[in-house]
Amino acid sequence: MKAGIVIFPGINRERDMTIALQSSFGAAPHMIWHKDTGLPDGIDLVVIPGGFSFGDYLRCGAMAAHSPIMRAVAEHAAKGGYVLGVCNGFQILTESGVLPGALLRNASLRFLSMDCHLKVERADTAFTRQYHTGQTFRSILAHGDGNYFADDATLDRLEHDNLVAFRYATRTGTIAPEANLNGSARSIAGIFSPNLRVLGLMPHPEDLVDPLMGGTDGKPLFDALAAA
Amino acid sequence: MKATVTVMLKTGVLDPQGKAIAHALGTLGFAGVGDVRAGKVIELELAETDPKKARAVAEEMARKLLANTVIESFRVEVGG
Repeated sequence: MKAGIVIFPGINRERDMTIALQSSFGAAPHMIWHKDTGLPDGIDLVVIPGGFSFGDYLRCGAMAAHSPIMRAVAEHAAKGGYVLGVCNGFQILTESGVLPGALLRNASLRFLSMDCHLKVERADTAFTRQYHTGQTFRSILAHGDGNYFADDATLDRLEHDNLVAFRYATRTGTIAPEANLNGSARSIAGIFSPNLRVLGLMPHPEDLVDPLMGGTDGKPLFDALAAA
Repeated sequence: MKATVTVMLKTGVLDPQGKAIAHALGTLGFAGVGDVRAGKVIELELAETDPKKARAVAEEMARKLLANTVIESFRVEVGG
């Protein structure tokens, strides 16, 4: 599995993502500049990291979604390639239409920088194979606009097709309003594309991949991808 | 020709900014404020001189970039 990280101006989590990918993949990911019109040869996984691409002007991810590289990313996804979008990366994937829905301002209006817990909805994907279905793990929130929204028909379809990847939960795995810190529809923290090759999520699994970081709860996601 | 695009969150989409503004207005002593919605106004200076064509191009810009039609609606006014 060969990974590449897309860099937009204002992205600031590419180094953390590099550490996570390198520790699981054994090789450093390629850095892909947003003005490039194609992906480097042989890239299996495209990662769009977190940050504030283009200063979050207009809407989070709106400018990045129209960058030259995003056409190549959309084509990669359409051909069945793996794509992971974290935080701003998730916002960019929804803005570009690769994933459905949108990320609204947090219901509290506050920027959230804190732990959360995620419940694994399905463990039969390339991203989640090293977790168990129903398992809860710790992750980190760092966003102002992570309130997942989609119309009811889209939400129903996501649930019917089993495309919800993670939901915000309590430490013990209960889906409850108090654990849904940003107010997301149906507590959705992350979703898959219909072919399960694209994952977008707001929390940062790359922030917990080494005991030095205070935990390794996010590492199974990268280990699973390395083995995919 | 000037085109003005007004972008608002769709009815039914939670607008926490509008809610916060309503709350602040109440705190300031303004009584009788009901629902408050916050949006944005984008003014475009277009080379196009035909109002119909200017509207069409502004609407296309709104659909493609200025508004996210998953969550927002927009209105275009042309003139000036």
